[in-house]
Amino acid sequence: MRDGDHEHDAEHQASEVSPLQLRVRALETVLTQKGYVDPKALEALIDTYQWKIGPRNGARVVARSWCDLEFRRWLLEDATAAIASLGFSGRQGEHMVAVENTEDVHNLVVCTLCSCYPWAVLGLPPTWYKSAPYRARAVKDPRGVLREFGVELPESVRIQIWDSTAEVRYLVVPRRPAGTQHLSESDLAALVTRDSMIGTGLPRAPM
Amino acid sequence: MSYRSNADLGGSQEHGAIIQEPEGELFHAPWEPRVLALTLAMTATGLWNLDMNRAARETLVNYRELSYYEIWLAALEKLLTDCGVLQESATPPPRVLRAELVAAMLARGTPFERAPARAARFALGDRVRMRADQPAHHTRLPGYARGKIGAVTRVHGVHVFADTNASGQGECPQWLYTIAFDEHELWGDDSAQRSTISVDAWEPYLEPA
Repeated sequence: MRDGDHEHDAEHQASEVSPLQLRVRALETVLTQKGYVDPKALEALIDTYQWKIGPRNGARVVARSWCDLEFRRWLLEDATAAIASLGFSGRQGEHMVAVENTEDVHNLVVCTLCSCYPWAVLGLPPTWYKSAPYRARAVKDPRGVLREFGVELPESVRIQIWDSTAEVRYLVVPRRPAGTQHLSESDLAALVTRDSMIGTGLPRAPM
Repeated sequence: MSYRSNADLGGSQEHGAIIQEPEGELFHAPWEPRVLALTLAMTATGLWNLDMNRAARETLVNYRELSYYEIWLAALEKLLTDCGVLQESATPPPRVLRAELVAAMLARGTPFERAPARAARFALGDRVRMRADQPAHHTRLPGYARGKIGAVTRVHGVHVFADTNASGQGECPQWLYTIAFDEHELWGDDSAQRSTISVDAWEPYLEPA
């Protein structure tokens, strides 16, 4: 599988309409004419993942867990229910497990078999998550992978890797950054990056 | 019958770089969101299930040469052809995803848990060996874990079994567990990552160790 598609796309965008664009358009036309798809439903699906379901959902979950110990306990015990209480549920998030980073443990999520990812809280996966290098290496050389993301963990920290091989989806709960006692829940959510909830990053430091 | 997945990549030799991507950068060509939406809409018709989708993707012979949405597109075309949807005489499915139902459909998702018909064979802390054979059908036991010994760290309940669901043999729900492996069990004594690797595995993948 090609890793990313940037060069390839530049090539495509150079011409007005690429062969792939034509192929997809033809398929869409046939399926619409035959009554298999409602074109407005396609727009609604795209709009949802472009604007409504993305990593800001997960950031809210994490920020809440940093502020509310009771919620944190619930999240670690029954993530599906705790997350649903904030209004996030459904497709590719039906069975959630939250895994907590601590002083001694760092969690990293991967899907070596395809691209399973907790859509309900993180939206669509980034290209690298679906790419062969990440899927091949995350299970075997997690420290090397983390280093590429600029994350250097102390020797003493154990890395727990979660390969999403069934329909359980994993959300990493990163550690709350130091010096954030004064921040509101929404300010805290702004520090929670997508990568920190996959485990390839750490939350931002407060300004 | 032979079955070959080209998608089982864990632990394989891959030297390519991991190219980082900012949040919100979701698509790299205008056709990609269309493929995403077509795939979700067609899956919602019930003509096939998620596991059949995965099987169609992982068996593409040129899987490794395609970008991810090219894989989705090729698998979609394959499933449509197999189901006869592209034929002249095809009739619309009983269920069509309408725009006003999209939000509800996504919020509901497709829960995979089922009521248990019998007790779980394994309990927390049990040591188990993963099946070593390579089945001739879709499966979710990654190659790197085959024949390896790990410990049960979670019991998730009874879930739809991907292996049978992918081939149209039904849900055949099975107990699902998280199995944790020490890095040395998977990658040998030289592995020095200080890591534990966990997979989710259905009961038929496991035997007592």
